[in-house]
Amino acid sequence: MNGDTLNIAGQAFESRLLVGTGKYRDMEQTRAAVEASGARIVTVAIRRTNIGQSRGEPNLLDVLPPERYTLLPNSAGCYSAEEAIRTLRLARELLDGRSLVKLEVLSDERTLYPNMPETLRAAEVLVSEGFQVMVYCADDPFQAKRLEEIGCVAIMPLASLIGSGMGILNPWNLHLIIENAKVPVLVDAGVGTASDAAIAMELGCDGVLMNTAIASAQNPVLMAEAMRNAVHAGRQAYLAGRMPRKYYAANPSSPNTGLIT
Amino acid sequence: MNEIEILVNGKAVVALGDGTILDLLIQIGMAGKRVAVECNREIVPRSTYGERKVCDGDRFEIVVAVGGG
Repeated sequence: MNGDTLNIAGQAFESRLLVGTGKYRDMEQTRAAVEASGARIVTVAIRRTNIGQSRGEPNLLDVLPPERYTLLPNSAGCYSAEEAIRTLRLARELLDGRSLVKLEVLSDERTLYPNMPETLRAAEVLVSEGFQVMVYCADDPFQAKRLEEIGCVAIMPLASLIGSGMGILNPWNLHLIIENAKVPVLVDAGVGTASDAAIAMELGCDGVLMNTAIASAQNPVLMAEAMRNAVHAGRQAYLAGRMPRKYYAANPSSPNTGLIT
Repeated sequence: MNEIEILVNGKAVVALGDGTILDLLIQIGMAGKRVAVECNREIVPRSTYGERKVCDGDRFEIVVAVGGG
């Protein structure tokens, strides 16, 4: 497993688990969970500052030093290509010109399902402006391929709806996307517990991005560690190559010979 | 002293005429903090905060990184 890194846009990352930083109790819990997850890439959101109300408030970037983590700003909360492009341009300025971003354009507030027409439009503009775009998308093999052709550096289909914890609802679509892709494919959204992350990795995903599964666990720091282990175990199982599935075992694990009679 | 009215994150703010973006950031307590600034839908590079004048009617967005997935 040494040297088995996640390679995105020419950069190698030691962890295949990417984590979000939302919904934690406080900054200290955020810091502890991110550390326990072993993640190297950490997502952040971009929001208006509260004028006059944020003096002395701890800053997220103080607990997530950019020299230690690769910060991945997202366009969460955007429902149009224009909003997402504007948000990610601000993000690039905020992070000193670093151009790796997570594009996310949503369709409606109830499901947060990816808005694919707007996602495709935003991806074209952002790639043309030199952004390295990791893109949240539907688990649609054709649209995933289109995003790769546009120049996105990672394709990130949902496993199930954001924050639902429903796990991987369509492993066969994910498999088709992975099979067709020449860039990394990461499951983004829908993971509920460690086994979901392991299944994603066993399917051949290059990584998993999650937030709620860790932040909304009863013990987020312990769940972060569980996810780290699950992603690692799933990756090992994928590389090891699982045994074929059979209807019944014609071949028992213990010898057929030497039985006492 | 002449005063101007601008919009910061959708809220009306009265600022001193002839001030720079840096002056505005000091006024709202965000100087030295890690922010990004957009003025009239154009990104303002951090290196120009001290020179770029704030004009009456300017519309600013000032953003920070927060927790998110």
